[in-house]
Amino acid sequence: MEQDILLQAQDLTKYFPVTKGLVLQKTVGWVQAVDHVNFTIPKGKTLALVGESGCGKTTTAKLILRLEKPTTGQITLDGMDVHTIEGDDLKKYHTDVSAVFQDPWSSLSPRMRVRDIISEALVVNQKVEKHEAYERVDELLVQVGLRAQQATLYPHEFSGGQRQRLALASALVGNPKLIVLDEPVSALDVSIQAQIMNLLKELQDSYDVGFLLVAHNLATVRYLAHEVAVMYLGEIVEQAETDELYDNTLHPYTKALFSAALSANPDSQREEIILRGEVPSPINPPSGCRFHQRCPYVMDICSQEIPVRKEVAPGHFVNCHLY
Amino acid sequence: MTSTQEIFQEPEKKIGEVVLEVKDLRTYLYTKWGITKAVDGLNFHVREGETLGIVGESGCGKSMTALSLLRLAPKPAARTVSGQIILDGEDILERPESDMRFIRGQKISMILQDPMTSLNPVYTVGNQMVEALGLYYKDEGSKDIKGRAVDILRRMGVAAPERRVLDYPHQMSGGMKQRVVGAMAISGTPRVLICDEPTTALDVTIQAQYLRLLKQVQADTGVAIIFITHDMGVIAKMCDRVMVMYAGKIVETGDVRPLFKNPSHPYTKALMASVPSMDESHVEKLYSIEGQPPALFDLPVGCRFANRCEFADEKCVAEYPPTFADEDGHTADCWRLEGQWKRVAEATA
Repeated sequence: MEQDILLQAQDLTKYFPVTKGLVLQKTVGWVQAVDHVNFTIPKGKTLALVGESGCGKTTTAKLILRLEKPTTGQITLDGMDVHTIEGDDLKKYHTDVSAVFQDPWSSLSPRMRVRDIISEALVVNQKVEKHEAYERVDELLVQVGLRAQQATLYPHEFSGGQRQRLALASALVGNPKLIVLDEPVSALDVSIQAQIMNLLKELQDSYDVGFLLVAHNLATVRYLAHEVAVMYLGEIVEQAETDELYDNTLHPYTKALFSAALSANPDSQREEIILRGEVPSPINPPSGCRFHQRCPYVMDICSQEIPVRKEVAPGHFVNCHLY
Repeated sequence: MTSTQEIFQEPEKKIGEVVLEVKDLRTYLYTKWGITKAVDGLNFHVREGETLGIVGESGCGKSMTALSLLRLAPKPAARTVSGQIILDGEDILERPESDMRFIRGQKISMILQDPMTSLNPVYTVGNQMVEALGLYYKDEGSKDIKGRAVDILRRMGVAAPERRVLDYPHQMSGGMKQRVVGAMAISGTPRVLICDEPTTALDVTIQAQYLRLLKQVQADTGVAIIFITHDMGVIAKMCDRVMVMYAGKIVETGDVRPLFKNPSHPYTKALMASVPSMDESHVEKLYSIEGQPPALFDLPVGCRFANRCEFADEKCVAEYPPTFADEDGHTADCWRLEGQWKRVAEATA
């Protein structure tokens, strides 16, 4: 299936230095936050990164947003290298890619009116006149399920779910090609989560915008994502289309992660796999396969050789010696 | 396949006598906006070895219920204005405040959501545990008490507890800290353990470890657990019975299985329908409840869910419904059940 590629990450790696000493700083090690990661996001589709805290999913999102510079590897958007663009191309990049963060209480400036928050990107990056930008704001507010009259209010006058709608409106203002969604619903109540998830789907259809979804709730991911990549200690260990992955988990870590997700249906009993121990430190990750110390199916080869990425079914990739 | 996995058997459930009975509990907050009815006429009980879940959205009063049970609701704003909390046959609301120091920890204790803030950062873990244990075991020497702390940590699945007692909280991971908090909570061998969102701050694989541990502790000690969460999956996994709260009231209670399979109150139904499932593919649109819960200082006279309920009629708006029950003890506060189920309690609003 050929699709137009919107964003491509090739061999993406980010190491953070661990330093010692106050004046004469010495690098004593590296936190391997993201390690040789490859993925693509097609136009108008959603790729989800799932994994536990410290697995590198947020660092990957930051790399795409240019909030961090990669150590090696590159990200291209429509064929342009994201980290070398300058000048007008850079301004265009900032309208093409936007973000919605987890906490709607800290992501909106408390001292700006809603219409100024939402129109800021237009005024700064596209030199749109204020009154024109305000018209666009009114239109957007209606699209995200609020009223145009609310444009002159301040963020504190809104509830959590409404604030997340505002964050979405300001992400959409420049007609972006890609929105990075970092845990967009996990701070909201269950009944509000459903409202926002439905809105995200509607907006994706009407704007044909691609999403990079960073989330830990597997049910949310199943509902929103077209493709899912499972991360563990900085690496993508398994990647496939959503239904293929949910019906056929292969990597032992994915299996354990999925078995730990609890279903509200008491009859849906999955095989329970409980992992021993915790995620090891990314400063000195285990040799060979990074998961081998916790893996229930560990073999001799696992501690010696790094597993290579294999395509076990069309579009289903897994890094594991079992396959 | 060389398996390093331990074989785990679900511990056997032994449910005994009622240890805690709550009657008509009301905790109101006196604020500048008026009287906020955070907990408004709750009746429930929990038995030895049983796990009772409390589920609801933020602001529905679940945490305020927990704090009221410990008599720790924030003073002076909050006051428990009426009700009885009968623990082991006596009403703890009638005991003087000075007795509460011994009731908390030894009779009823609590695990909070965030392990980062429930431990003191400037004392070692061992130090903090010994402080509490010193209260419970006044006649023992410090060496014995330290030994007890190590034992309890081992029971909570902390590896190498002899060394870990010397650690400061920042040297531990989140899952490990939550185990320490759990160890402190059970160190006084309480009869009732309240867990307020104990795994919300943990990763899912660590959550799975922690829930299994709580079940094991319950099987060993027979402690009654009140489990507060907004996560239906955790309730389905952990609890025997569940009560659903909405705007300060219990709207539905029953055994977990029948209640989750066949919810009777429209709020529970809507809540269950709005949770996406991991097992269903290609869901086009999720069900969502429109609107917001009512403000607790300005409650309607009728059913509190009426403004968001698709079945609401004039009666729902005019009068709060009484409690109806079926023959299995599944109860719900909803006018639609009139005639189908038996009326067991009059409306208290």
